[in-house]
Amino acid sequence: MEAIMDIIGGLLMVGGACFLLFGGLGLIRMPDIYNRIQAGSKTTTLGTLLTLAGAACLQPAWGWKLLLIGIFLIFTNPVSAQVLASTAHRRGAHQSPLTEVDRLAEDREGKA
Amino acid sequence: MDKLVNKHRSGRLRSGIILFFVLMLFWLMLSSQLRIDVFVIGTIVALVIVLLYGDGLSFLTELRLTPKAILTGFQYYGYFFKELFKSNFKLAGIVLSPSLPINPAIVKVRTRLQSRMGRLMLANSITLTPGTLSVEMDGEWLYVHWVCMETADIEQATARIVSGFESYLEVMYG
Amino acid sequence: MVEILIMLAAGITGAAFLLALGRFVLGPSRFDRVVAFDVLTVIAITFIVLAALLENRGIYLDAALVYALLSFLGVIAIARYLEGRF
Repeated sequence: MEAIMDIIGGLLMVGGACFLLFGGLGLIRMPDIYNRIQAGSKTTTLGTLLTLAGAACLQPAWGWKLLLIGIFLIFTNPVSAQVLASTAHRRGAHQSPLTEVDRLAEDREGKA
Repeated sequence: MDKLVNKHRSGRLRSGIILFFVLMLFWLMLSSQLRIDVFVIGTIVALVIVLLYGDGLSFLTELRLTPKAILTGFQYYGYFFKELFKSNFKLAGIVLSPSLPINPAIVKVRTRLQSRMGRLMLANSITLTPGTLSVEMDGEWLYVHWVCMETADIEQATARIVSGFESYLEVMYG
Repeated sequence: MVEILIMLAAGITGAAFLLALGRFVLGPSRFDRVVAFDVLTVIAITFIVLAALLENRGIYLDAALVYALLSFLGVIAIARYLEGRF
C-alpha cells in the first residue's frame, strides 16, 4: 500500500514539474507581457499544487502544512498576476501586434 | 437608530467569531499537533488579532454559512480544479505547438456579484481558467485578457467567461 | 525508486527554472522581469518542498511557507513601485 502511494506521489511530482516546464517555455515563447503572465500564473499554480499533493502522498504527516501552502498559493498567485497585469497596462507596456481588441484602452481614452 | 447600531454590533461580533476560527484553523494546521500549550498560545494570539483588526479584515468573513452555501462551496472547488486542469492542458498545447496559435485581446465583461470577496474570488477564478486573465476591475465591469479570443461582444464574452463561476459564487457570497 | 522520481521532478523543475531565468535576463521590459521573478519564486517553493522530501526534514516546509508569503508581498510591492504609488 505504501509503495503504491509512493509511486503515485512521485508521478504527481513529475507531472507538476512538467507543467512548470511548460510555464517556463511559455514565458520564453509568448510575444507580450499579458500572454507571459498567463503562461506563468496558471502553470506555476497547478505545477506547485501537484508537487505539494505528491509530497503529501509521500509524507502524510506533513499533509496539513502542505495544504496550508497550497491554500496560500491558490489565493495569492492570481492576485499577484492580476496586479502585475493592471500595472503593466497602466504604464503602457508593449503589446503584441497580434492583439485584436483592447476595450480597456478604448474606455480609458473615452474617459480622458 | 438603536436597531441599526445593534445590527452593526452583531455583524461585528459575527465577523469577529468567524475570523477567530479561521485564524485558529490556520494556526493548528501550521503547528500540525493538538497539544494544550499550542492550543492556548493560538487562542491568545487569535483573540488579540481579532480585537485589534476585527473590522479591518471583515472581507474574510463575508461568506455565508448556510448549508446550501457550504455545499455550493464544495461544488465550486470541484468545478474550479476541473477548469484549472483544462486551462493548463490548453496552455501546454499552445506553448508546445510550433506555430504558437494565439489571438489575444482584452475584452470587457460584467458581473452580477455585489460583495467584495465574491468579486475577488471571481477575478481570481477567471485568472486561473482557460486562456483568461483579469487585468482590471471597475465596479461591476471586469477587463479580461483572452489568449484565444472567441468574441469581443460584452454579452457573449460574459456568458463564456463569467457565468460558470458566477452561479456558484452568487450562492456563496451574494 | 521514489528517489529517482523525485530527482527526475527536480531535474525538470530545474529546466523550468533556467527558462524563467532566461526571461529574467532577456527582459526586455521591467514588467517581463517582474513576471519572471514571480515565476522563479514559485518554482523555488517547489524546490524547497522537493529538498524537504529528499532530506526528510519537515522543518523546510516552514521555510517554503514564509518564502511564499514574502514572494507575494515582494511582487505586490514591486508592482506598486512600478506604478509610481510610493
